[in-house]
Amino acid sequence: MPKNKLCEIDHDKSVTTDQTQADSGRTHKMAPFIEVANLSKSYQRDGFEIPVLDGMDISVEKGGYLALMGPSGSGKSTLLNIIAGIDRPSKGTVKIGDTEITSLNESKLAKWRANNIGFVFQFYNLIPVLTAFDNVALPLLLTKLSKAERKKHVETALNIVGLGDRMKHYPKQLSGGQEQRVAIARAIVTDPQIIVADEPTGDLDKTSADEILVLLQRLNQEFDKTIIMVTHDPHAAETAKTILHLEKGELVEETE
Amino acid sequence: MKLFFLVVKNAFRSKTRAFLTILGIAIAVVAFGVLRTVVTAWYAGVDAAATDRLIVRHAVSFIFPMPYAYRDKIADTPGVEEVSFANWFGGTYIDQNQFFSRFAIDADTYFDIYPEYMLGEEELSTFKREQNSCVIGSDIASRYNLKVGDSMTLTGDIYPGEWNFIIRGIYQPQKKSTDASQMMFHWEYLNQRMLQDYPGRENQVGWYNVKIDNPDEAAVISTQIDELFANSAAETKTETEAAFTRSFISASGAILGAMNIVSFTIVGVIMLVLANTMMMSARERTREYAVLKTLGFSVPKIAFLIFGESLVISILGGALGLLLTFPLVEAFAAAIPKGWFPVFEIEVITIVLLVVVVLFIGAVSAIFPVRNVAKSKIADSLRFVG
Repeated sequence: MPKNKLCEIDHDKSVTTDQTQADSGRTHKMAPFIEVANLSKSYQRDGFEIPVLDGMDISVEKGGYLALMGPSGSGKSTLLNIIAGIDRPSKGTVKIGDTEITSLNESKLAKWRANNIGFVFQFYNLIPVLTAFDNVALPLLLTKLSKAERKKHVETALNIVGLGDRMKHYPKQLSGGQEQRVAIARAIVTDPQIIVADEPTGDLDKTSADEILVLLQRLNQEFDKTIIMVTHDPHAAETAKTILHLEKGELVEETE
Repeated sequence: MKLFFLVVKNAFRSKTRAFLTILGIAIAVVAFGVLRTVVTAWYAGVDAAATDRLIVRHAVSFIFPMPYAYRDKIADTPGVEEVSFANWFGGTYIDQNQFFSRFAIDADTYFDIYPEYMLGEEELSTFKREQNSCVIGSDIASRYNLKVGDSMTLTGDIYPGEWNFIIRGIYQPQKKSTDASQMMFHWEYLNQRMLQDYPGRENQVGWYNVKIDNPDEAAVISTQIDELFANSAAETKTETEAAFTRSFISASGAILGAMNIVSFTIVGVIMLVLANTMMMSARERTREYAVLKTLGFSVPKIAFLIFGESLVISILGGALGLLLTFPLVEAFAAAIPKGWFPVFEIEVITIVLLVVVVLFIGAVSAIFPVRNVAKSKIADSLRFVG
């Protein structure tokens, strides 16, 4: 079944990337799209080394939907952050598409994130002084798109999440579920390959949480987005195609 | 420029805090502007001094007179183009509160050496002809509503008695910095009265005004003049007009120094206030900056947001302060006794200094927040709870 495109964003035009687009996944469906190899991460606290991840190996196919579960401190958020390029491992590599992101410098990594990753946070993290429209438009400010093109993309993204009529609303004028949907619109507005979500339903009531989960499933199935989600909620995890259980920085179980 | 709307939104996120900070900067700018104006007003005489004029005074002190006979010897010194002279008269006009400079001058030469006191030809020739006449500056004329033909009576203190004059000329200042609040009358008139009423006080000159051919030779000519009267009863000290004026100001040097220190202290304090505001603001937005980084905003782009926010606040405060400074300086000028400062207005250099100070405050205040944001790790900042 052919997959829908969210927006027709030409990334060459939108972001001055060094062709780190994760294109390989588009042509080789069954090849690993995200490859995490021998990944370790430890923190230094008060002179002590605290291991968080230890020799992790994971691979995710293009269009995969992965849920990371585990108790607090198991390393799932750290793993998510490293895959998303907002944290760096102590050892090991992360390859997404053709790009080994662990070898990119900060500047290139920032551009790579802008083109390839959409973030959804537990507490939405919208800018309170900006309207829903302006919040969603934020990532597009880094592109060379014209004002009219940006407007078109923002409207498309907000319509996909069902908030086309709330564009001029500020975050405080929206419910938690609506705020999270605006955050999802912001995550998809640049048409990234991967969406990472850290406890996206953690701050929502059941109804709103279900709406968000349905939306994420739709993004995965209709728009072919690769999704990695950290969650404590087994019900949320069940919506994913694959569930990884982590404990003390190690992968203990994989459920299809 | 796409990010500028975000800069403005951020600057006024907390309207009360932004307003108070802007007001604080405005008040500091006003204080800085007024203090700098006082300092520049004090130095206005130095700035207005001509480079081709020397002042010859008594070596011990300005208050001691010198013999009139020095005039010809000074005039014969190589490099000297023309010599004039004057005496400080002092005295009272109307009452003690009406202060302005009153000099007895050599009517034939004084206005040749001081072309910045612009007097009509007819007024000048009438003045030169009538020994009991005087010339006043346009500021004095407007302050006391005087015109040519009116009489002025001074009560002398250094030179006792009633002194009556007929105004025969009102000079206009050539430049803004030219003092238009002086009264000049014939030295000969003073000298005759001294000869008649106080024998022994005649033929005395307060200082000589010397016009020289080449300003580069000022030091050499000064030395030559002083050597003429070395070991005499009235040794001289010759210096440029600027140095002579500066020697007056040096008496108030401590006050001016304090004013300078206070004006820059104000700048320092307000810089700390704005820096504190920016630090608080950036700290409160630690997670937001982390989110922006997550979305792909580079550190330079976030630095643009923080610097922009700081500059918007400081520029608005500076603009408000500058707007308020002009009427306040005028009010200040009206409040101080007339004649204290012949020129009291905001100079261009003060405005330039204010603009530089405002931009400096805005830029410096953003340095630490930017540094903190640049150093922070995204993953840590996303967990920040302010």
